[in-house]
Amino acid sequence: MTVVNGTGTREVGRSRTRLDAREKLRGEAMFTGDMEVPGMLYGRVLRSQHPHAEIVSINTSAAERMPGVAAVLVGRDLLDIDPYYGHAIKDRPIIAIERVRFSGEPVAAVAAEDEATAEAALAAIEVVYDELPLVDTIDKALDPSAPLLHEGPIRPGLFHGLGNLGERDGNIGYRYRLESGDVAAESAGAAFVTEGEYLFPAVYQYAMETHSVIADWKPGEIAIWASCQHPFLVQAEIADLFGLPIGAVRIQVPYLGGGFGSKSYTKMEPLTVALSRKARAPVKIVNRVEESMVTSRRHGMRCWMRTTADAEGTLLTRESRFWLDTGAYMDNGPRVTATAADAAPGPYRWRAVDIDAMCVYCNTAPSGSYRAFGATHLQWVAESQLDELARRAGIDPLEMRRRNLLRPGEPVRPDGSGKPLDADLIGDVERAAAAVGWDDPKGPRVGRGVSVGLLAAGAHPVSRASVRMRADGSVEVSVGTTEMGQGPRTVMAQIAAEELGTSSDRVRVLGADTRFTPYDRSTGASRSTTLAGKAVQNAAAAVAAKLRETACEVWDVAPELIELRDGCAAFGDEQMEFPEVIAKRFGFSGGEIIEGGEVRPTGGDSGSYAEGPVFWEVCVAAAEVEVDPELGQVNVLRTATVADVGRAINPQLVERQDEGAFMQGYGNAMFEEMVYRDGELINDNLLEYRVPRIQDLPQRMTSIVVENEDGPGPHGAKGCGEGALAAVPAAIVNALGDAGVPITELPLTPERVWRRLQDLSEPKSTEELT
Amino acid sequence: MTVEFTLNGRQVSAPAEPNTLLLDLLRDHFRLTGAKRSCDVQVCGSCTVLVDGGPVSACTYLAHEAAGREVLTIEGFSELPEFEHYASAFERHAAVQCGFCTPGFLLTLKSLRDAGDLETEEDIRHGLDGNLCRCTGYRAILEAARDIGEVAA
Ligand code: FES
Ligand code: FES
Repeated sequence: MTVVNGTGTREVGRSRTRLDAREKLRGEAMFTGDMEVPGMLYGRVLRSQHPHAEIVSINTSAAERMPGVAAVLVGRDLLDIDPYYGHAIKDRPIIAIERVRFSGEPVAAVAAEDEATAEAALAAIEVVYDELPLVDTIDKALDPSAPLLHEGPIRPGLFHGLGNLGERDGNIGYRYRLESGDVAAESAGAAFVTEGEYLFPAVYQYAMETHSVIADWKPGEIAIWASCQHPFLVQAEIADLFGLPIGAVRIQVPYLGGGFGSKSYTKMEPLTVALSRKARAPVKIVNRVEESMVTSRRHGMRCWMRTTADAEGTLLTRESRFWLDTGAYMDNGPRVTATAADAAPGPYRWRAVDIDAMCVYCNTAPSGSYRAFGATHLQWVAESQLDELARRAGIDPLEMRRRNLLRPGEPVRPDGSGKPLDADLIGDVERAAAAVGWDDPKGPRVGRGVSVGLLAAGAHPVSRASVRMRADGSVEVSVGTTEMGQGPRTVMAQIAAEELGTSSDRVRVLGADTRFTPYDRSTGASRSTTLAGKAVQNAAAAVAAKLRETACEVWDVAPELIELRDGCAAFGDEQMEFPEVIAKRFGFSGGEIIEGGEVRPTGGDSGSYAEGPVFWEVCVAAAEVEVDPELGQVNVLRTATVADVGRAINPQLVERQDEGAFMQGYGNAMFEEMVYRDGELINDNLLEYRVPRIQDLPQRMTSIVVENEDGPGPHGAKGCGEGALAAVPAAIVNALGDAGVPITELPLTPERVWRRLQDLSEPKSTEELT
Repeated sequence: MTVEFTLNGRQVSAPAEPNTLLLDLLRDHFRLTGAKRSCDVQVCGSCTVLVDGGPVSACTYLAHEAAGREVLTIEGFSELPEFEHYASAFERHAAVQCGFCTPGFLLTLKSLRDAGDLETEEDIRHGLDGNLCRCTGYRAILEAARDIGEVAA
């Protein structure tokens, strides 16, 4: 369902078939794990069974003697380099050095002629551990007597980009505060107050392709094929680690079998390179699912929040303190923490706010990015407090939002910093509510909820692209955005084709290869269509200018009179096909036109991206649920999500992105949860870690595409694909609250819902509960 | 030891240990990488191939069990004329995103349709419950499956 439709374009705004569809349908699309390079060895990793221990000794001699084994790597092989990495905070060794901090941490790695030999060699490695006290939960980590997981000064990574990283405070590795006004004074006269504690479990991104890397180390040169979202950032970190110039590290990214943040920043690449360096041969490592589950996950969270409103339901103050479990190493913890803090006030007008967000080291697997990070953590907490206040004040939750939501142009951050609101939130939430029948009569045990939030999107606005028109009029686009399912190879082709007046099937978008592809900061934060897309548009416009320039030499008219359409330069009734134009330019039938385009924070012709975020991604959803009081089962009857994208370059792909995000949000809300026992992940497989299946698809779901042409990208586009994930748990939790079951802990397993129902129906004394 | 079977219509023989998995044989020996490894425990369906027309998870199916049988992988399926019917439905509904799960879905759908188990929406939901997709949110695949089975919405 599309609400507003742009016109006047031939490629942009059309639901073109994915240009990579056939290749993928025929099983020809290559992923890293499908690739082979000559002389390649297979790597396997020995992982610690202990979440926290001193490594007393590692004996690798038996493994090294096994036929077919080329190399065994351990921490002492890295004494010649500074082996710590981390884009935000350099705290993670390539392989454990003297101490392990999580169950699953690599302690040794083997390169052998086949996987079975490598696997057998792992079994022959003897490691002696001396266990250390376990700090496996946020509570234990915060205890003043807890051992410190990391000591010494914080070392900032290459891309910390967070201003002052501050001081380490015990096991709190990063802290972000957002304050404005005087909470005590402003809340003194509140008519309604709601306060509570909330828990959100760690969850797993489960991109179906596990983390996979091929590394080929040679003196002075490193080649890598990797399932990575941010090749240029990995390139820089690898160069830094192994002491090479950036240009001596080449990263090629084939297709990715999903990413969702799990493959953002540096993951398995340094270990694979180090193993290749030791083996002096190319090495491939393909994780098993249980290994990928300890490579990346979403932060677990404990949150306290308090919200107040006056007698008319006008919001006054919000306070929150929350702690994210980042695991043994920071990975993207600081950014997740800051984004969560931004999401804590929600898109509302406040008299005062006080948000204190803390990122805590624990003896658990490292947590990084997962689609809509931070916003997903906080939106359901923030929005359920809003509903609670609305219930107490006797105001319809939708009306409560109408009264308090920010309007376009108002500052989003309570301290007034950053970009003001760039979206029509009230319109979006009203559309979502209508789609689930907000005002329809409700049956018993049925509830409806809405949720509204914002996600600071776009990451750092630096992208470059080049567009090359060959002598035959076909076009190649080079752009560093990785194709992980979201569709850039199609969307970038449409953007370039629009500018050039050709058809998108004449355009080929190449995969990222740092040797040839112009720089692109990263593929994440919903930024590609907006920023890389703008760079492509600018590059294509420059090629178009060259075509016009040549055409006006021929026709001797002003360039603005020349139109590019249907693969031709046209002036009035006369037209020349592109190959003819290029032949005219070079004097014979050969040659090509190559131009670059870029976006950067300030200046240039790309508009200004100086004020962060690049745009505020809208996170809006509505849900209708029914609770079965006997079973505690929650049935999601109707849902609606909103993809507020400014301009949909390819509306069908936008809807599909939105639906994918919806389904992941549904999993996060309903049943996904990583279960730890004494620091060990006990459901580290797809039998016990349940993700949504086709049977879970609600019968009635609506994906609403809103196009107000108010985005900073090409043709007014802005990104999408994360908002629904952040919004869905909140909408379901609110719908459940409306049905009489307020919940403060996710996921909404039948057992949890059933117990909550029991507690509500028969109030017990504290003694009875224990 | 060797194992002999029909692979995509051709008689083949290949070396296989008693514990060699069909998935490894297909990927490593025959370089047919359209079947993907993900969950390893017969839950995700990305390694699905057809053996004598029925879907199996090649990640838990021994290569020797295929002896004397007919194995069809996505590479073989995509050569058959009927493939167009499936592929165009997936394209029309944008039911392919990253593509990692796609070969498994197509082969499962072929076996369902061939067996006459793709006539109702219930058939689709039941028949595809052993194939996971993390990108699409399933609706696109459900719509494509309706077209493939000519199921009324
Ligand atoms: S890899 Fe075989 S079913 Fe998942
Ligand atoms: S398309 Fe990516 S897992 Fe299905």
